Amino acid sequence: MASKTKLVPTPSTGLIPERDAGKRPILECVGLGITFGGLKAVEDFNLTIGRTEIAGLIGPNGAGKTTVFNLLTKVYQPTHGTILLDGKDTHGLNTAQVNRAGIARTFQNIRLFSTMTVEENVAVAMDTQMKYSMASGILRLKNFWREEKVVHERCLELLSIFHMEDMANVKAGSLPYGAQRRLEIVRALATCPSLLLLDEPAAGMNPSETAELMESIRKIRDTFHIAVLLIEHDMNLVMEVCEGICVLNFGRIIAKGTPEDIQANPAVIEAYLGKKKEDA
Amino acid sequence: MAEKMKKLNLKKALKGNIATYLMVIVAYVVLFALQNLGLLSYSLAGFLVPICAYIVMAVSLNLTVGIMGELSLGHAGFMSIGAYTGAVASALLADLIPIAPLRLAICMVVGGVLAGLVSLIVVVPVLRLRGDYLAIVTLAFGEIIRNIMQCLYVGKDSSGVHFGMSESALDLAADGQMIVRGPMGVVGIQKISTLTMGFILVMITLVVVLNLIRSRQGRAIMAMRDNRIAAESIGISIPKYKIMAFVTSAVLAGAAGTLYVMNFSSIIAKKFDFNTSILILVFVVLGGMGNIRGSIIAAATLTILPELLREYADYRMLVYAIVLILVMLVTNNPKIKAMMVKFREEKLAPRLPKKKAKEGDANGK
Amino acid sequence: MSFLTNLINGLSLGSVYAIIALGYTMVYGIAKMLNFAHGDVIMIGGYVCFCSVMYLGLGTLPSILIAVVACTLLGILVERLAYKPLRQAPSLAVLITAIGVSYFLQNAALLIWGSAGKVFPSLLDGIPPLKLFDGDLSISGKVIVNILVCLITMTALTLFTGKTRVGKAMRAVSEDKGAAQLMGINVDGTISLTFAIGSGLAAIAGVLLCSTYPMLMPTTGSMPGIKAFTAAVFGGIGSIPGALLGGLLLGVLEIFCNAYISQELSNAIVFGVLIIVLLVRPTGLLGKPIREKV
Repeated sequence: MASKTKLVPTPSTGLIPERDAGKRPILECVGLGITFGGLKAVEDFNLTIGRTEIAGLIGPNGAGKTTVFNLLTKVYQPTHGTILLDGKDTHGLNTAQVNRAGIARTFQNIRLFSTMTVEENVAVAMDTQMKYSMASGILRLKNFWREEKVVHERCLELLSIFHMEDMANVKAGSLPYGAQRRLEIVRALATCPSLLLLDEPAAGMNPSETAELMESIRKIRDTFHIAVLLIEHDMNLVMEVCEGICVLNFGRIIAKGTPEDIQANPAVIEAYLGKKKEDA
Repeated sequence: MAEKMKKLNLKKALKGNIATYLMVIVAYVVLFALQNLGLLSYSLAGFLVPICAYIVMAVSLNLTVGIMGELSLGHAGFMSIGAYTGAVASALLADLIPIAPLRLAICMVVGGVLAGLVSLIVVVPVLRLRGDYLAIVTLAFGEIIRNIMQCLYVGKDSSGVHFGMSESALDLAADGQMIVRGPMGVVGIQKISTLTMGFILVMITLVVVLNLIRSRQGRAIMAMRDNRIAAESIGISIPKYKIMAFVTSAVLAGAAGTLYVMNFSSIIAKKFDFNTSILILVFVVLGGMGNIRGSIIAAATLTILPELLREYADYRMLVYAIVLILVMLVTNNPKIKAMMVKFREEKLAPRLPKKKAKEGDANGK
Repeated sequence: MSFLTNLINGLSLGSVYAIIALGYTMVYGIAKMLNFAHGDVIMIGGYVCFCSVMYLGLGTLPSILIAVVACTLLGILVERLAYKPLRQAPSLAVLITAIGVSYFLQNAALLIWGSAGKVFPSLLDGIPPLKLFDGDLSISGKVIVNILVCLITMTALTLFTGKTRVGKAMRAVSEDKGAAQLMGINVDGTISLTFAIGSGLAAIAGVLLCSTYPMLMPTTGSMPGIKAFTAAVFGGIGSIPGALLGGLLLGVLEIFCNAYISQELSNAIVFGVLIIVLLVRPTGLLGKPIREKV
């Protein structure tokens, strides 16, 4: 299904799905790079993502995929290049501000608020959308109750994406592994992002859970009309769900294109399987 | 289903809070009756206000240490600011406001606000420090405050208030009165603190802290504690909430300091040194991190414990030390911990649907 | 000349701080805990030395040796009984336990030796002062001993951790306990050894401290303990050269404050400088910056 999407070039020479053409891309990275003490962890990273695109970022271990996420979310400050989010430069913003500007993420090594309940984990992500002051909260004024009620309902609604409403009062730390991964996605969604970054969402999931996850990712994109960029080692998932794929090796992009392009790309095959003998 | 959940959730939290409030109210009523019937020994009666003050200190420190997860080793510093400010304010207002409880209330506000302002000066520059380093700064800050207090002289006369670094520098008129005398501390205090005022401050502290925890601000503060990077990733401004928790905690400590100082006729600055900060931290840890009711019980028990151990005179602090070590060893014993977890899980088990739990086990890391 | 005298006195006091700071730094580096009882081990060392001179009539060196042995054993014992069971516990629980141990040692000392201060025997007075500039500058024997002992311990420790097998094991454990264990290093033994060395150093520091300020009380160790800890943070906690640098700077700063600014405010100034240093270098002068893995 996904493979039917045609990619078209943008004015800035990126590739985005045909249906997003004509609209401003949600993310444009130009010449993005970071150096750790002389080591170029990521360099000359150029990527364009359409407004409703599901994109994949793949590559062998240590290729710099998570580093790209950390650059996009400003966990690391890029040493080179620019990141345009919905056309606006995110230069000078910190992690929290980038989130408020519209990028939400999950983590490869799960980072939940483990002593808080599932609902609280989601509710806290809506903090930036809430307005009541500390005084209203302490004095339990009207706007406290009103906003808390709205947030509570919204939490259950978001949790229902993954059928987790009945776990709302369970401590996040005591959830099963797969549920923790799903909760991270819900929490990220609760911040109302326009771009969702998923770092290995299917890690540790069995095939049936993974299949469910693929459905959910599409559902999220279709319901919220947002773009998704995911890092994943499960090639079935990537090829099935992603429209545009970007392959990273040794911190550099070695290929970009549709799943079909990527599967046929010799550079990608080489990166994953190593050079064939006769070529050497 | 969802509606039921919501009620359940709220009810559980509310139940806990109500139990805490009830405990404090009952304790107050009983102690108040005993005191007025003259059934409390003189020395025990003298502990009532300090207990209230220490409860406020412990609860407010729990906000920083337990709820926010930042170790503070200088909480007594804020207490001393409240104490000194309150004492000076009280001396100045003595003629202006003859009603003692009102004057005390105003002094507590003044003491709290000043402690809050100073905490703002402390916390803003150290926001980028983490973990143990923040603890060191609070320790250093507590020592600085105490050191400055020990060199401070304040007096008043008909022409107003005088500050200085020595008694002679104040140059008081003949009708002058010393309020703060350097190493001698605050002197000539009117003892206007009462159990009732202490009770009111405890109740206010409880309302502030308990309601703060269960509001969006409290959630953000706890999220920061559980996982700073994740909190940032969902747009939480770490400095904002750190300042909020730290300053709130300091304001309450300042008010507690005022309450405390007004229970004595004089008090030396050494009373607010590093050891006092540690003492309060012990209350918090023994009462349970983030457990407000635990802090109250620990503060009250441990304040009165040395008094109860009086007959063992010399051995009481030794016993106190051993109890402290043993409690830490027992509560952190992995076997006992596992038992506690099991016990709690059994209580909560019906909440987690069995099927999903199994599924997760199969794929767990 | 008074400037030079102050500087030398500062270095002397700083040497004592540095030796105490070493104990803090090594234990922190390896067990990631603030051992608040360290200051009280100093005090115990002082008392043991005092007793062996006054009651057993032993000479200077045997007395110091006894103090070192006693504190080393005490350190190992405390680690085994109080800290070892808490290896997996949250750091705050360990901190409170350390505070409990500190209370315990202080009150035990109070029971054994009483609250009245004991005048420490002048062990180091036999050493002739060094006269320089035609007698304008006289450096007392104590000062020379303090500085020498500090330099010797520093060198010895640096060589020990850098060159010996056990020292390397120590560094490995402080980097990564799990990996060290997988490499066949006895982690528990290494941690015990660290406590032993730190406590032995504390005994030496105790003797030096009491020789410089000859009043011995159950609370003698607390303030120098806190200050030495500050020195360790100053230099970057976990780093041995950092402890030396931090200790010396702190000592000089304190003596200069006393001499030129104000004796009463010297603590405030010392701690104030610490805060400023941490603001500029959040992990101390020689501390390594930490990067969290995301």
